[in-house]
Amino acid sequence: MALNCSNNSRFLSGFGVRVFPQPGKLEFDFARLIMFLRWLEATILDFGDEMHKVYMWIWSSGDLGLRLLWHILHLILSTWYFIIGLMGSVESFLISSGLFKRYRDLDISKVQYLAVAIDSDEALQTLKVLELLRWLEAIGLRKVCLYDTAGVLKKSKEALTLLLKNERMSSETASDPLVEEKCLSLEVISFSDGKQAVAKAADVLLKKHYLSSNTEKPKLTESDMTDALGAIGYREPDPDLMLIYGPARCHMGFPAWRIRYTEILHMGPLKSMKIGALIKAIHRYTMVHQNYGT
Amino acid sequence: MENKTDTLAVRLFGSSISYMRKSLFRILSVGPIPNHIAFILDGNRRYAKKRNLNEGMGYRAGFLSLMTLCKYCCELGVKYVTIYAFSIDNFKRKPHEVDAVMDLMLEKIQGMLKEESIVSQYGVRVYFIGNLELLNEHVRQAAVKAMEATSNNDKIVLLICVAYTSTDEIVHAARESCEAKRARVRSSGAREGNEEELKVVDIERHMYMGVAPDPDILVRTSGETRLSNFLLWQTSNCVLYSPRALWPEIGLRHLVWAVLNYQRVFPLLERRRKQM
Repeated sequence: MALNCSNNSRFLSGFGVRVFPQPGKLEFDFARLIMFLRWLEATILDFGDEMHKVYMWIWSSGDLGLRLLWHILHLILSTWYFIIGLMGSVESFLISSGLFKRYRDLDISKVQYLAVAIDSDEALQTLKVLELLRWLEAIGLRKVCLYDTAGVLKKSKEALTLLLKNERMSSETASDPLVEEKCLSLEVISFSDGKQAVAKAADVLLKKHYLSSNTEKPKLTESDMTDALGAIGYREPDPDLMLIYGPARCHMGFPAWRIRYTEILHMGPLKSMKIGALIKAIHRYTMVHQNYGT
Repeated sequence: MENKTDTLAVRLFGSSISYMRKSLFRILSVGPIPNHIAFILDGNRRYAKKRNLNEGMGYRAGFLSLMTLCKYCCELGVKYVTIYAFSIDNFKRKPHEVDAVMDLMLEKIQGMLKEESIVSQYGVRVYFIGNLELLNEHVRQAAVKAMEATSNNDKIVLLICVAYTSTDEIVHAARESCEAKRARVRSSGAREGNEEELKVVDIERHMYMGVAPDPDILVRTSGETRLSNFLLWQTSNCVLYSPRALWPEIGLRHLVWAVLNYQRVFPLLERRRKQM
């Protein structure tokens, strides 16, 4: 700016115009006015250039600023989940040590059928899955459905059932008549038992109602679909409660036909599963009241 | 004179809030923004009871929340918004309750058809998803008219599920695929047609929700954790979020929290989507 001012004075004096006009010299006023306006224009343009430079700097570093703010938001979110995780660990420790009466008197009969959906990568930890099944059996559940997208649990189903049976045999006396009743019945399904099963059932309906009969527009109902699914081997009841073990709260493609009114709870990753959290989830389910749309 | 300054102050305050919200959305836009968000509008009747209002007012308050949330979604850059307005199960409610909801729906749909409505202002394309045959004549005709009237809007798509349940949608899609297959068999000759089985893509082609991609986030208000027969087929890879607030109490903070959670698990969801 200083350089510009001295340039301008030199510019003005170059035209024979004194920078500080004398009073009474009217003949030079008009030319001086034009000079002044030109000087003003040049100053404004220079100022505009400066502003443009500052604006571009804000814009480019503003982008960095936005990224920083975004990372800060996610850091706050992660800190929040960390704190929640710590509180959850303390709470499950207290629950598993029997401190809370309401969790001791759990009405397990309300959970007729439990589904557990596990992320396929985490389902590879067979020992963890076995421990989970052991806990479910200890709590008193009798019918459990295990699900994972890729079918990993289907491969380890035999091993799991065998290990559970062995443990039961070794821990109970041979003459115990109630051994069979205490068995955990296990159903294991994967992604192919969802959408593809519905397609196969539709195929069954096609052959039964459309290709063989002459009725112009057969009226297919939901019970026809349920019967068709039963005909191809899917006769298990709908789960009352579904527990999700995985990084995201998402049912990962569990068969759509069966989760109409199922309560869905996210338990976190399988490696940090806790029995206290399991008991709390089941207790929460027993307190829920469903209207079924009415 | 005082009224004028008040209005000016209120306007300035409003536009500064709006500016802060847009800045927040700019920050969120650094990460992936969901393309499709679905909402289950649960808790209107509980809200009315809580505030000692009659039930009709609960639904109206819910409608205001819906408009606000659609505006936020539009500003954020969400392309599809689906709402669960009325389930087939809801027909089991008392007749006067069903009538009240139907009357409100008719009023709001007719409001959409006006030039100066929010729908035209924000460029919203409306679809009515569900078994529209179950609705009464007036509502059905108004719905069809609204779909036609907004067919040229392209900023955001609003899918309103009325007389909808996921199981009904699946059965309808199965029925349509069977009829299409039978027509193909009859026209091309029995030998060719019988060898091909119905596939998942055939069923998906006839789904009511085929006009939109699968949702990325599903929000159910009032803290309930079930899907209640909503989008069961389409939510294989969708983040479920259940804030405890009732639907008329839902606000910007819930939307921002849902989007942040979605951004957190986005890489995992993308990987799963490619595997499926």
